[in-house]
Amino acid sequence: MTSLPKTAPAKKLGLVIDLDICVGCHACAVNCKEWNTGGKMAPLTDLEPYGGKPDGVWFNRIHTFETENEAGTSRTVHFPKSCLHCDDAPCVTVCPTGASYKREEDGIVLVNEDICIGCKLCSWACPYGAREFDENEGVMKKCTLCVDKIYNENLPEESRVPACVSTCPTGARSFGDLNDPDSDVSKLSAARGGFALMPEQGTNPVNRYLPPRPKKTGPTSPDDKAPRMLTHVEANDDKAGLLASWVDKILSA
Amino acid sequence: MSANPFETVKEKVALSPVVADEVKTSTCYMCACRCGIKVHLKNNQIRYIEGNPDHPVNKGVLCAKGSSGIMHQNAPAKLTKPLLRVGERGSGEFKEIEWDEAMDLATEWLGEARAKDPGKLAFFTGRDQSQSLTGWWAQQYGTHNFAAHGGFCSVNMAAGGLYTLGGAFWEFGDPDFDRTKYFMMLGVADDHDSNPIKIGLGKMKTRGDGKFVVVNPSRNGYNAIADEWLGIRPGTDGLFVFAIIHELLKAEKVDFPSLARYSNAPWLVIDEPGKPDNGLFLRDKKGHPLVWDLKKKKAVSSYSTSISPAFAGTRKVRKRTVVPSFEHLAKRYLSSEYSPDAVAEKCGIDADSIRRIAAELAHAAFEEEVIIDQPWTDAWGRKHDKMIGRPVAIHAMRGISAHTNGFHTCRAIHILQALLGSVDTPGGWRYKPPFPKPVPPAPKPTPPHYQANTPAPGGSGGFPTSPEHLIVDDEGQPLRIDKAYSWEHPLSLHGMMHMVLRNAATKDPYDIDVLFMFMANMAWNSSMNIPETLGFFTAKNDDGSYKIPKIIYSDAFYSETVPYCDLILPDTTYLERYDCISILDRPISAAHGVADSIRQPVVPLDRDVRTFQSVLLDLGARLGLPGMTNEDGSAKFPGGYPDYMVNHERKPGVGPLAGWRGKKGDQSGIGEPNPNQLEKYIENGCFWSEEMPMEHQFFKHANQGYLDYAKKMGWIGEATPIIHQLYNEDLQKFRLAAQGHGDKQPPEEHRERVATYFDPLPIWYMPFEEAEVNTEEYPLHALSQRPMHMYHSWGSQNAWLRQITSANKLHIHTDMATSLGIVDDDWVWIESRHGRVKGQVKLITGVNKNTVWTWNAIGKRKGAWGLAHDAPEFTKGFLLNHIISDVLAEGHRGGIKYSNSDPVTGQGSWYDLRVKVTKCAPEEAGETEPMYEAFKGPINTDTTLRYGAGMKGTDTGGKSEIKEYIGQRHANAVATPGIRDGHGNQIKGDKS
Repeated sequence: MTSLPKTAPAKKLGLVIDLDICVGCHACAVNCKEWNTGGKMAPLTDLEPYGGKPDGVWFNRIHTFETENEAGTSRTVHFPKSCLHCDDAPCVTVCPTGASYKREEDGIVLVNEDICIGCKLCSWACPYGAREFDENEGVMKKCTLCVDKIYNENLPEESRVPACVSTCPTGARSFGDLNDPDSDVSKLSAARGGFALMPEQGTNPVNRYLPPRPKKTGPTSPDDKAPRMLTHVEANDDKAGLLASWVDKILSA
Repeated sequence: MSANPFETVKEKVALSPVVADEVKTSTCYMCACRCGIKVHLKNNQIRYIEGNPDHPVNKGVLCAKGSSGIMHQNAPAKLTKPLLRVGERGSGEFKEIEWDEAMDLATEWLGEARAKDPGKLAFFTGRDQSQSLTGWWAQQYGTHNFAAHGGFCSVNMAAGGLYTLGGAFWEFGDPDFDRTKYFMMLGVADDHDSNPIKIGLGKMKTRGDGKFVVVNPSRNGYNAIADEWLGIRPGTDGLFVFAIIHELLKAEKVDFPSLARYSNAPWLVIDEPGKPDNGLFLRDKKGHPLVWDLKKKKAVSSYSTSISPAFAGTRKVRKRTVVPSFEHLAKRYLSSEYSPDAVAEKCGIDADSIRRIAAELAHAAFEEEVIIDQPWTDAWGRKHDKMIGRPVAIHAMRGISAHTNGFHTCRAIHILQALLGSVDTPGGWRYKPPFPKPVPPAPKPTPPHYQANTPAPGGSGGFPTSPEHLIVDDEGQPLRIDKAYSWEHPLSLHGMMHMVLRNAATKDPYDIDVLFMFMANMAWNSSMNIPETLGFFTAKNDDGSYKIPKIIYSDAFYSETVPYCDLILPDTTYLERYDCISILDRPISAAHGVADSIRQPVVPLDRDVRTFQSVLLDLGARLGLPGMTNEDGSAKFPGGYPDYMVNHERKPGVGPLAGWRGKKGDQSGIGEPNPNQLEKYIENGCFWSEEMPMEHQFFKHANQGYLDYAKKMGWIGEATPIIHQLYNEDLQKFRLAAQGHGDKQPPEEHRERVATYFDPLPIWYMPFEEAEVNTEEYPLHALSQRPMHMYHSWGSQNAWLRQITSANKLHIHTDMATSLGIVDDDWVWIESRHGRVKGQVKLITGVNKNTVWTWNAIGKRKGAWGLAHDAPEFTKGFLLNHIISDVLAEGHRGGIKYSNSDPVTGQGSWYDLRVKVTKCAPEEAGETEPMYEAFKGPINTDTTLRYGAGMKGTDTGGKSEIKEYIGQRHANAVATPGIRDGHGNQIKGDKS
């Protein structure tokens, strides 16, 4: 129904999200909401803001859950999720009006609200649940990768970054061109084994997640020289012997 | 319009919309972290709040709380006008009054009390960031009954640190995340201080050369990203630390040279049981403690430049039997009762893991030294050609402090750091100026003077070092309304706000005339035992008058406490006022340099409210308080708080703000008031900071250059070394008194308690509630903690944050739930010895099996916070505070109703709670209990909130080049070759 760009975008702007250091604090989600409620898709409507079922439009949501591996070891995962700006975005091709589209110049997937009819096909097509329907306005909304911030000449250079990225307290979020193998984000993703979410869906997401590093449950050094146990000076458990040995010993030399 | 009706319109996206008319900097107040913010404003409304990249605290990042400041400002719960109670306390029936009337009434009430006895005013502030003002005001007024809410919050961390190292976790010290190789965090529930810890964890883990270990019953938040999670049983951290010390001692993995120089480990302790000075240090004529020099074979002053001290051995010195204090320490922790095998079961951590952690700590400290090639000179004039770091850093908070054994556990953690030689070394835990201070700092609490209309001769707070500093009468009975600094809790440095309502309502130790509170939700989540506490607010005498005659309260929001007070002075929000974060108070310094900051109004006031601090100064002038009144009786600070911030001098040249002092604004620390000071702050982003040269940045406790600088800045009286007090002689003085020595002795009923808990070396004892209840009947520990997106965030049920969490569940281990026949979402009764509360459960595995926990302060009371009555906060959210007793079980301790608090510091012990959990009957499910009657408070019934709808800016048409942003860029550049160094989207050396 709606076409993806005929030639692949020269740039593929996206996010690299480090699951090793995300602490699930929701800073990215709230700062995103704050920027975008006055941004391109303004407002990010909230329903019953002070009522019984408070619910609103968020472009970015954090899921915290527990998983268990085959060995039965469980871990707690903090998982931020927003639009992945897929190369083969099913939310675009399913759109009957052309409202959902992928930008040729940078690959950002956007919604043109003026021609969105609110049919929600795109939200059904997105395997990631990344789309957000604004009930009040009857249109679909979604992450814009802060398209009105990253290029914005009215902001200082430091602020020309997606809101979720510059605000992240742990520094778990990075932003750049993932089509350029020499970009810092590509290097970071390559070095850390960045992965695409649910590749079997064939959507070819641009965003990458960095997997948690292996836990250092044993020694601290990578060269594994640290002892698992200290060598006790006295073989037996007699503290008197140890104390006696200190009486005339210069320990602070 | 396209010619072809079937061709899609191509959207023209505005890439450079105008964002704001104006950008103002200020300081966040959505929690206690005090990050720098940039507020983008459009038509006087907030368009966007972001972190200030130049700010020393947050370096550009901003958490969920700070990012939701718009909704704080937009909250329907904001108070709009002064209120005077017309119905019964608790009803919420008020009439709006004008400020003139409100100020007249407050002046009359406060004036009457002051004319009788200033101590009849109890002035208690809550999450107050202006304690240097409020404390000074209390002193000028003349009452000794002043404190903030630190006694409830975390005084054990402050006291444990200040009585050991002269600094403390959080505000007075930070882990050296730039260099540490081993970071251990105990009992930290996503808290203090929020962004710096997150920045630090991200940095350390990204660099990838260290290990991050957490000791915590729960694996949420930060704990989830640790390399290793040790799911300890609550209240047993002290035992865990003792077992580590036990292992280190047995292996002699102790930094003896560091202990010899910087600690009192070699100081000689008189060892003559029964003598009045038993357990005190043997001193020379100058008062200097003595050590035994093994080379000189005689006792010498511990201040001697070159010593080879003995660490063990009983000797006769000056006819006294003495041992080095280290021998006491070693004997205690070498004891088999503290071996890993002995503590493992109690802690819920296996002995091999404890041994391994001890080995890893020793390895990191002694085999992975971090060396900075920076010469420095110590306090004895010895020159060192480099700074050798023992890169083990520790951070601890609430999970340690909110137990009745928290003070000793906190001291044990600091002692562990000292034994490893890591204190203020590269990679270790570092002091933040103006700390370190002498152990403990010098000020002493001031007793009541009972003089009408007279200021107090000194501040109400301080650091007792012997019984003579207690605030008690000749019989040893408490003289403060909260019983702080009494024999019940001698080192209650932050007061005991959590006991004020009980004591005032039961007139124990006496009655008061006026209770004046600020920003403290005492009728809800800032009290233990809410049901009875509400009764204290409303308790009446036989004649129908309230037992607490008058209650004045200032806050910006309609909290649960507002309806229980008589006169409400509505405050501004943090975005509407001037404010100062002073180094006289709770500094925002970093370990490498001092800093302070201000707030400035960023949005105009739209309602009839006033800044509390300005109101306080106005009241001071109306009451004629000396510091706030000129000789002609006029107000000294007619410009309110900003006027005070610039012009008040605590001592000549020392004011609330340290930056740009002096007439020309060219002095820092000390200097005359500068009329343009606030402008200078605003120009600089509302903060001031001064980085110290590298040679002053480490070993501050014994770094002569630093000590000279600290003296010059007025932070310490003398530029002499600050010696770590592992063995604390001050504690021993209290114990000696309890053993029958000296003029000031505890009353009989408190003797045993003082003698037991004033041990000069850390001890471990079972938390009181656990020791008192039948643990088979109440088999579970119950904890509550704030979620990261609400931590220390108060003021409103924020429209955005409440969408993330509007109801809390009780987290319970899957195995425990199974054994109790409970499944996810079941409604359960959570019952303590004190009462029961109803809530829903969530099953998890990342929690100690004997522990349940929930999010705190999500549950709210109907009628408060402007929420509709069907809000989940009211119907499903619950508080554990309802079932935490504020006093210990009666009858166990000579009939004395001791506060449920640490026996040394008075820290509220809300983490001691024990419960049983049982499934509700089907008909009981669906709504929480207890369910209090709704207040008649304002309710917001908006169906939609479209904030920002009209804020899209006009596109100016430009498009800048994309600049990549790498989170933790510097650490990533270190870890991954090819990634360019710098910060965020700024590349080092790249001038664009």
